[in-house]
Formats: sequence, structure tokens, C-alpha cells
Amino acid sequence: MGSTSSTLLKIPNAEVLMQETGFSPAHIIRLHDRFKALDKEGRGYLCPQDFGAIKELAMNPIGDRIIGAFFSPGKETVDFSTFVKILAHFRPVDKDRPKEPNSPEPINSRSNKLKFAFQLYDQDKDGKISRDELLKVLRAMLGMQVTEEQLESIADRTIQEADLDRDEAISFEEFRKSLEKVNIDHKMSIRFLR
Amino acid sequence: MPGYCAVLLQLNLLDYFSFCFQWATLRMERGAKEKNQHLYKPYSNGIIAKEPVSLEQEIQEMRRGGAEPEFDMSDIFYFCRRGVESIVDDEVTKRFTAEELESWNLLTRSNYNFHHISTRLTALWGVGVLIRYGILLPLRVTLAFTGVGLLVVLTSVVGLFPNGRIKNYLSDKVHLMCYRICVRALTAIITYHDSENKPKNGGICVANHTSPIDVIILASDGCYAMVGQVHGGLMGVIQRAMVKACPHIWFERSEVKDRHLVAKRLSDHVADESKLPILIFPEGTCINNTSVMMFKKGSFEIGCKVYPVAIKYDPRFGDAFWNSSKFGMVNYLLHMMSSWAIVCSVWYLPPMSRMEGEDAVQFANRVKAAIARKGGLADLLWDGGLKRGKVKEVFKEEQQKLYSKVLVGSSEDRSRS
Repeated sequence: MGSTSSTLLKIPNAEVLMQETGFSPAHIIRLHDRFKALDKEGRGYLCPQDFGAIKELAMNPIGDRIIGAFFSPGKETVDFSTFVKILAHFRPVDKDRPKEPNSPEPINSRSNKLKFAFQLYDQDKDGKISRDELLKVLRAMLGMQVTEEQLESIADRTIQEADLDRDEAISFEEFRKSLEKVNIDHKMSIRFLR
Repeated sequence: MPGYCAVLLQLNLLDYFSFCFQWATLRMERGAKEKNQHLYKPYSNGIIAKEPVSLEQEIQEMRRGGAEPEFDMSDIFYFCRRGVESIVDDEVTKRFTAEELESWNLLTRSNYNFHHISTRLTALWGVGVLIRYGILLPLRVTLAFTGVGLLVVLTSVVGLFPNGRIKNYLSDKVHLMCYRICVRALTAIITYHDSENKPKNGGICVANHTSPIDVIILASDGCYAMVGQVHGGLMGVIQRAMVKACPHIWFERSEVKDRHLVAKRLSDHVADESKLPILIFPEGTCINNTSVMMFKKGSFEIGCKVYPVAIKYDPRFGDAFWNSSKFGMVNYLLHMMSSWAIVCSVWYLPPMSRMEGEDAVQFANRVKAAIARKGGLADLLWDGGLKRGKVKEVFKEEQQKLYSKVLVGSSEDRSRS
């Protein structure tokens, strides 16, 4: 890329971040500005309340789950590195990136996008979406608009269709299989402008 | 004739400034290119492209065609993506920070590219600092003190007169003169459009709010009755003096909560034809002048004529937006007085009244849309109160309702089969 601009130098680990996430320098700078704008008190990290202050996120039915995805278990804060890496999941898939056998899978691969979506369902992180967890998500997305029975019937039907090994829960593999025809790249990608 | 020359002179000064600013930006771009780097250009249209696809469309698309809509594990993708999009860039947060400029106006506070400044540019900037802080600021502060001082003294003097035509005449003259001095104190270059629509007695004037200066700008061209909370200190002194000369509406802190009391006082004032039109800013808080946010319906329930006014500042010469969470009032005024100039345009729109079958909220939105259109501002549904408050549950419910409509309709068919 040539010489790094000095604004980029102000950002810690910018080079490493660009390597790992595939964001361009311009993107990293913009994201850093966004990070600073959300970090109103200038502490250098974000906490759940900072995310909660985003109005459009607060009105999203699964807003708190999305916020939760940024915080690793046990951690109460998100630094800029983690912020960018999580957002990297939503970069469109790089179609012409050569597949090097030993390089780690890119953060925005189809599989990783699916994993991100899976964890929105699987809140206790046991690797399976139980009936209960499914009901909770349905309740979040539908609110008071449907009855308990309707919710349960939707949940039962979904598990019946996706659960191939009959263990009353949906594992990640079953999740992936049930979505194999969906254009994940399109649905789980955000177009970052130059 | 002299006024005309003054305007011509002022115009040329502004053009000269514009030229300087363009040159400054070009120099920075050149500096950046020489070092083989990218100039950080703040995009005014965001960092991501948001597709305006509705919830229904998205869900239909995801149903791999044919099959009737029923819940699918992939439905969560829509909400997930929307959520992350709003984390990266949301419509509301950016309205509460100062507008980003395409070219640098030689004020440090709006520069993101310090390292690209060449020696020549730094010299120019240095000269600018000298002029602004050494010459302009002291002049302006003196004028400001004069203006405020005169306002307090003269209104008290006018207050000694018996109520009548002479008192009203004097009060108008005094108010106008003092506000005009304050306008000079800020070097505000204001262009008033459509003055034939200026607010008249017995009406309410509503305008979009960017800074406390809005009051001075409007009040230097016409006489209004102000509305506000009683303050202590200097503000309180000014308020008490002003009310001696002509009736303004000052509320005690406790009275502000009582909406009926507020509405009653406003309607009583409006009903009296001899009293001046009331000046109100329905957004309730300062917005950064790129958009107009939701108008509080209180002023629109009174049932009198509403005179909308649009105020648009030109941010190239000095940003008038008051970010009250970042800067206090004194800091803000110092910023204002050390900028080059405050340039703005004021449009007086024709009066509007509530139509048959229209409720206060719809009326408020209609007025808001008219103001936004005239001033070239974005018309937003969001509440200015969102600067500090939480989103109402109602918005979340809307999303849930939409989604359930897509699903439940189909599960009913299912249960029939």
C-alpha cells in the first residue's frame, strides 16, 4: 500500500487490523471516528450503554443480542480492535481472494457469518439452539403480536424441519444445512463505501 | 445607498474568504499527494450504503420463492444486518455533532488533517489567529457587553412609562436596537427573505433551532414576545428588565411541568391582539442545522396562526451549532466571537393554520416539512429529545408488528389445512 498516513498511525495496531479484517485504511479511519463518536466519554473502550445509546439499535427487536455479540463472555468492555473485528464479519465476501491452504479463514467467510448469526440464537453458547432459546428469539422478534401457542407451534415446526439427529436442538451443522440455499453473503453483508 | 455599499462590501469580503478556504484545501490536497497519502475527506453521506429495502420485501426475498411465508432461521439476518448497520452509521447521532465540511475554513476546530499543512498555509492560519483573537474578539466582546448593558438599562427606563402606545413604540425601538448591536457583536451577516410574511400580533412564530443565537437573529428584525424558563444570575437580570418594557412569558421551573398551565398562558397571550407574536422553538433542543427534528406538539394545540421561519447557517465561516453536551455557554460564545463571521439566511414562510380534521401532531409535521423544504434541511421523524432520552418502546413494537404481519397471516392458513 505504500506509506501509511499519519492519521492511521494514531490508531493502535492499524496494520495488523487491516491484515486480519481486510478493511482498507480509509475504512479503519472512518470506523475509528465512529468508535470515538460512540465513546462519548473518551475512555478508549465501549460498554453496553454506549451501544444502547444508538436509537436505531434500541428499537431493533434483537438489539440487545447484537450488542451482546460484541462482548466476549466475562468482558464488560470492547476495545477498538474487537470492535473492528466483529464488524469485519459483515464485509462482503472477497470472491477473488486466493485460497492459501495454511492461512486462517477470513473473518467474513460464509462460515463465520453463519457462526455470528448462530450465536445470536445460542445465548448460553453450548453449541446448540434449544427449543427454549428459539422461543426467546421468536418472542423478541414478534413481541406481543402473537400468542404463546402460535410461538410454540412455530418453534416446534422449525425444530422438526431442521433437527436431523432428533436431539430436540439445532446444532451448528444443522443450522448451516438448513440455510445452505440462502445467499448468506448478500444477507449478512454491509456495503462499505470507499 | 450606504446600506447597499455595506452589503456589497460584505459580500466581497465573504467571497475573498471563500477563495482563501478553497486555496487552503487545495494546498492540503497537494501536500497529501506529495507524500503519497490519502487526504481524509469526511464524506457527508456516510460510510456505508444502506439499502432502503423494507422488512416485507426482505422476508419475501428470503423465502426461496414459492413456499408460503413462515418463520425461517434466516429471518434473523434482516434484523441483525440492520442492527449492525446502525452501529456503524445511524441517522440520529450524527445530527448532534457539528456538520463536517468539505473544505477547511482555517479554524483549528474543524481541521482533521493537521499534518498536511505546509509552511505557507501555517503562516496564513497564524495571521488568521492574530486577526481573530487580537482584533475581532475584543471588538466583539465590547459590543456584546454594550448591547446587553443597554438592553437592561433602557428596558428598565421604558418600564417607567405608563402602558400605552408610546411605551410599546419605545419598547420595540429599544429591543431592536439592542439586538442589532448584539448581531454586530457576532458579526452575523443575515439575509432575510420574504419579509412580507413576517409574524404579526396574535400569532406564534416557530423556527428550527440550532443555537441560542437564533433568538438574536430573529429578534433583530422583528419584535417578539419571548418564552422561557426563569433563570438566575445575569440571564435573570436581563429577563426581569425585558419584561418591564413589554410582556414576555417567563415560566418558573415548577410551572414548566404543568402543560395545561403553559398552554393557558400562551393562549391568553395570543388572544390579546396588542401583544407581540410569541417566538417558540418546537424542537426543544439545538440540532446541528442539517435537519429538522420532531416538533413538540404543545405550540400547535393553541389554535392560532402559526408563522413558520426557517433559519439556515452557512457553516463555512463559523459553525453556529451549540453542542451543549460538549461545550458550555461561555465557551460557545467565545467560539462564536472568534470565528470569521456567522452567515445565515432566514426565510419567513406564509402563515399556516390548523386544518379541519387535522390533529396537533399532523399540523406540527406539516409545518416542520415546510420549514425543512425551505431551508434545504432534511426532514426527520426522530425526536430531538433523543439527544438525551431513550427510544420509546413504541418504535420497537412497530418493527415487531411488521414482522408478525408477514408471518402470522400465513400460519393461519396453515392451521386451516
